[in-house]
Amino acid sequence: MNLAEGVQIVSFGLLSLMMIGAALGVVLLANIVYSAFLLGGVFISIAGLYILLNADFVAAAQILIYVGAVNVLILFAIMLVNKRQDFAPLPNAWVRQGATALVCAGLFVLLGTMVLATPWSTTKVVGAVPAQSSIVTIGEHFFTDYLLPFELASVLLLIAMIGAIILARREYLPEQTISPEKPQQPALTLPERPKELLIAGSDKKA
Amino acid sequence: MQLQLQYFLLLAAALFCVGIYGLITSRNAVRVLMSIELMLNAVNLNLMGFSNFLDSQAIKGQVFTVFVITVAAAEAAVGLAIVLAIYRNRDTVDMEAFNLLKW
Repeated sequence: MNLAEGVQIVSFGLLSLMMIGAALGVVLLANIVYSAFLLGGVFISIAGLYILLNADFVAAAQILIYVGAVNVLILFAIMLVNKRQDFAPLPNAWVRQGATALVCAGLFVLLGTMVLATPWSTTKVVGAVPAQSSIVTIGEHFFTDYLLPFELASVLLLIAMIGAIILARREYLPEQTISPEKPQQPALTLPERPKELLIAGSDKKA
Repeated sequence: MQLQLQYFLLLAAALFCVGIYGLITSRNAVRVLMSIELMLNAVNLNLMGFSNFLDSQAIKGQVFTVFVITVAAAEAAVGLAIVLAIYRNRDTVDMEAFNLLKW
């Protein structure tokens, strides 16, 4: 990274403020659609932090995969389960939230103490340019010493795709149970229909 | 004054704690999945910081980050499919209503 140190510090401050604010918004806002869009803001801020850390390829992958795929997937899920309901208030809900906030603050203090107390042996020389571009190095890692995890990742993606399709598929019922007295439908229609149509059709008939 | 490793580690710790808070306290199932994404991103930030400051020649932390991003994408797809299936069964996304396995 060839930026001046002041520019780096200011960018880091702005990006971290954006990230923490958006993350708090994701967790605390009541409207979940706002939360989903703020989650995209968190991902973009983290991509900026990656660029500050000399990782251009991973920053691009972060924006492509997280903002482009995961965030859109979450928005689609919100759209599919968009039920405006007020959750029934729990008794002693503030006890749970207060205890959780206390535990999280304690964990943050613990992690911060550990981070500040550990003598990290940072051997980074200021202005030291890596020998080659990061994408070349990552590619060499992928096809030499991390070849097996790389191939396993493709298998994992295939398994996840098939599993998601099977889990999210609607349950179909055969046509015969819906209307046994009706004559068989002509061709070019599906032999199965969703369960909702069955319920609506039986209501209309009755 | 220049950027230190500690800044990134503290930032990742804060993001992780926010993620844990959202994971435990939120009632909406989709928001729980979003909190999990926050925690995974905090771990990724840690890996990238270590990769840049301790291992800047052979950047193995970035390789691990790419793997974590892959697993996170698969997790999001399967998790949202499970949420959809539960929503069809129980007609709600309230985490307190998913008590099928409770005693």
